[in-house]
Amino acid sequence: MLPFTIEKATSIQGAIAAASSGRRFIAGGTTLIDLMREEVERPEHLVDINTLPLSDIRIEGSDLVIGALARMADVAAHPDVQRLHPLVAESLIEGASPQLRNMASIGGNLLQRARCPYFRMLDASCNKRSPGSGCAAINGLNAGHAIFGTSNHCVATHPSDIAVVLVALEATMQVRGPRGERSFPVEELFRLPGDTPHLEHTLLPGELILTVRVPGSPYSRRARYLKVRDRASYEFALVSAAAALDVGGGVIRQARLAVGGVGTRPWRLGAVEKALIGKTPDRKVFETAARLAIEGARPLSGNHYKLELLPRTIVRALEMTGEAA
Amino acid sequence: MKSEKPFSDDAVQIEQNCGGLSRRAILLTVGGVAALAAAPTAQSISERPPTASTGRVRLVVNGKPHELDLDPRRSLLDVLRETLDLTGTKKGCNQGACGACTVLLNDRRVVSCLTLAAMHDGAQIRTIEGLEANGELHPLQTAFVEHDGLQCGFCTPGQIMSGIGCIAEGHAGTPDEIRFWMSGNICRCGAYPGIVAAVADAAKRA
Ligand SMILES: Cc1cc2nc3c(=O)[nH]c(=O)nc-3n(C[C@H](O)[C@H](O)[C@H](O)COP(=O)(O)OP(=O)(O)OC[C@H]3O[C@@H](n4cnc5c(N)ncnc54)[C@H](O)[C@@H]3O)c2cc1C
Ligand code: SF4
Ligand code: FES
Ligand code: FES
Repeated sequence: MLPFTIEKATSIQGAIAAASSGRRFIAGGTTLIDLMREEVERPEHLVDINTLPLSDIRIEGSDLVIGALARMADVAAHPDVQRLHPLVAESLIEGASPQLRNMASIGGNLLQRARCPYFRMLDASCNKRSPGSGCAAINGLNAGHAIFGTSNHCVATHPSDIAVVLVALEATMQVRGPRGERSFPVEELFRLPGDTPHLEHTLLPGELILTVRVPGSPYSRRARYLKVRDRASYEFALVSAAAALDVGGGVIRQARLAVGGVGTRPWRLGAVEKALIGKTPDRKVFETAARLAIEGARPLSGNHYKLELLPRTIVRALEMTGEAA
Repeated sequence: MKSEKPFSDDAVQIEQNCGGLSRRAILLTVGGVAALAAAPTAQSISERPPTASTGRVRLVVNGKPHELDLDPRRSLLDVLRETLDLTGTKKGCNQGACGACTVLLNDRRVVSCLTLAAMHDGAQIRTIEGLEANGELHPLQTAFVEHDGLQCGFCTPGQIMSGIGCIAEGHAGTPDEIRFWMSGNICRCGAYPGIVAAVADAAKRA
């Protein structure tokens, strides 16, 4: 690990000022320390934000408001979260391990970095780590990589589970920076790689995530997260799906669907959602709609299987929305 | 301090298919010529001056207070093992992936390899060495012995610290629940049936 300095933030304003002059926030450290040890990340100055009052989890009206420093485990175990937004709790519990969930914050989770193995290997070419060096994954081992949103410069997936759910539920995030506060849909946090895969998010220099707000909706309780992976738990998704249905009078009034493990960012599937509306929630309808999911997919040498696995995962997740978590 | 241990099933399979070449070698071979193009980057790692500032950190480990001057780079795991000589806590992957380094930090189970000691001034830490009381093993330690919860024993301190967390969190109701909530701890010897039985047994007696 390269040398660095670390200081504790004593106020939100102080943390923002420190970050504006080139310091890097550290929360749980489970992404940052790991990558600093590999010298993939090389910050010279860190500002520890764990003492800031940003770990509240509360209900405001019908919205769930999660502080950026709330730990994954605490959000998942919170009674209001389990009651009003079981989908949020389910996706968190499906991520990482109990130990990591005790450490990892929601803000850090959204900003976690690619799990592409070449990204971690200093002697492999990787545009995300060293812009302009090439992408070893495109002609390398790419079974875990994306089929949507890729470019000729990077094909890594966004690894977060909770991000998929937040995109499906149209959550927003509140951030504060040197020029004040702003709020925007979580979906807009993530950039497509294009020819700048090293730029992953849309936060401005010095901006601190304060909270994530999940609106209450008729979907919240008929909603499930299904994660398909190489082992039963403690593994990143090959394909995952967050599905939520609003069913009334035997027909689907509205649908929400976002998928993980397939996109360079959490991937919302509007065409599938539309195809479900007005139909009866049964397997045939789900299968017909799910076929639309792979439109526009660009599989790589090693991940054609995702073209089959993705629709199947969607069908199963939609079926599960009728079952309790 | 780099580790190249494979942790996903496909990596294990790749190793088998390729006659024991390391996962890294295979990734690079398949990644091909492009891989070499990046070599200058690897060499251009800046020669940063060594950290001048060390920080004073107070840690209470197994009830005993320590005041330490630490390089901020040092993980809690390295401080426990190398500075405090508490080598019961193990370093498996050093990447948060195996659970061998699990300790209780302010009563919560965490992986000590992915946190900096400097971030925990004033914290209470409990390691495997702190479980025995008055010459008696902790009930979960006894249960591991009784149920053959280990073979080589390398993962065991982490399993036991994690098991204590699992029981305290109320996630040790059924074998299935234990398997899920203990999945942050990998056992290369595959002692899982004994581990699950030991946690279940200790949970019943808790
Ligand atoms: C072995 C392993 C398995 C994992 N499995 C999964 C999984 O299955 N699913 C999943 O979703 N995740 C998984 N993760 C990732 C884990 O969830 C993230 O590492 C974690 O959520 C990051 O949060 P943190 O608080 O530790 O972030 P840190 O490492 O502290 O920070 C990460 C980044 O976010 C920035 N940051 C942090 N907080 C803020 C803020 N408030 N405002 C602005 N910037 C901020 C930091 O500057 C840094 O760039 C896994 C991690 C490991 C090590
Ligand atoms: S897919 Fe992205 S992260 Fe992986 S090697 Fe290519 S550029 Fe790097
Ligand atoms: S040493 Fe493997 S998780 Fe810490
Ligand atoms: S007993 Fe050998 S690794 Fe678990």
